[in-house]
Amino acid sequence: MADTLLFQLVSPERLLVETQVTEVQIPAREGYIGVLPGHAPLLSELKAGGVLTYRAADGVQKVVAVYGGFVEVLGDRVRVLADSAENREEIDVTAAQKALVQATQDMNNMQGGAADPAVAMDEAMRAQARVDAASAKV
Amino acid sequence: MPSLIDFRRRIRSVKNTQQITKAMKMVSAAKLRRAQERVIAARPYAARMREMLANLSQAAQSDERASESAWLAQREPKNIDLVLVTSDKGLAGAFNSNLIKASQRFIAEHPGAKISLTLVGRKGRDFYKRRNAEIVGEYVNILAKPTYADAAGVAKEIIRRYRAGETDAVYVINNDFKSVMTQTLSVMQLLPVNLEAPAGATAAPAATLDYIYEQSPLDMLEQLMPRYVEVAIFRSMLETGAAEHAARMTAMDSASSNAKDVIEALTLYMNRVRQAAITKEIIEVVSGAAAAG
Repeated sequence: MADTLLFQLVSPERLLVETQVTEVQIPAREGYIGVLPGHAPLLSELKAGGVLTYRAADGVQKVVAVYGGFVEVLGDRVRVLADSAENREEIDVTAAQKALVQATQDMNNMQGGAADPAVAMDEAMRAQARVDAASAKV
Repeated sequence: MPSLIDFRRRIRSVKNTQQITKAMKMVSAAKLRRAQERVIAARPYAARMREMLANLSQAAQSDERASESAWLAQREPKNIDLVLVTSDKGLAGAFNSNLIKASQRFIAEHPGAKISLTLVGRKGRDFYKRRNAEIVGEYVNILAKPTYADAAGVAKEIIRRYRAGETDAVYVINNDFKSVMTQTLSVMQLLPVNLEAPAGATAAPAATLDYIYEQSPLDMLEQLMPRYVEVAIFRSMLETGAAEHAARMTAMDSASSNAKDVIEALTLYMNRVRQAAITKEIIEVVSGAAAAG
């Protein structure tokens, strides 16, 4: 059994990560999934906004914010097809926090019917994921 | 006979045109490089998506609710949606006319079906606007720098129509970017999904694998299919965008070299005329001198 996994993270616009890892924590729709080498084949949906962490083969832990999509574990390979994703380094923290505040307000003002609940919810989840990813301990 | 000054004027005008075509070629080359990078960046996602979809639809077939799913159903194609992706701007050789011809051929080949058009790009839109065609969607000015959100916007209506049974099949006509010199016209059946994997694909052996499904395969398929449509449209937009720049680059390159040929021919002719004039003058001088002497 190999002691590393090939981890690929792709969004429709680009390939974000392709590297050997020893461990991946994936925000699936029904909770976090930890994947270690030798995992059984698995297919799952991702949460609409979540924080994915992986430990590269050289021991460095990295954080990515992912928003929806799918994960496939097969053999010694993990593929994440994210609807969109951002590396921790690319996230603008202040903008993310602002977006979170805005999204939360939109959700609270929903009674007036000003915003589409699904859209507002989506925005909030995304913003939350970005803030979480940016503030996660590495 | 045109005078020297006329020749000079014409040569100058052709030179100006050549400068423009040269500049356009350079601009297209720069844009092409960026578009090409985007196409290449987007390809892995589309390929992975296809593989996953092949696995999932296999698994979903065994679900007892499979027959209710609009995505798996094979309906007789009475209503067909055709997505035609053209460029917004011309001056790219036969690029757009090839696309439009292909779409007309497609319509002619499906005489029994009612065809509704979704037009991405100004050239295709303008063409069908002037004709008697059923247009359900038109999107212009999004090809210059297509984002995934743009593609999702285009896909949304198509997904809705397919789900609601307003259309039985969806085809996409676009140009695929192969290399700078070649673009290949592609007519792709998007829905219902035709998962006969392209030659050399690795999808087939994986299909028999026994996955752990966190959600039921059918539910996941329901989630995955709209994404698949979005991605396919996104990819065809990117491909067409890159192909457009490549086509324009080639067209402008040949326009520049044509201009060069024209300038050469004109210069040659102009020099002949100039020499003829000089010769004539010398003859006049000589014969004048002879007459005087």
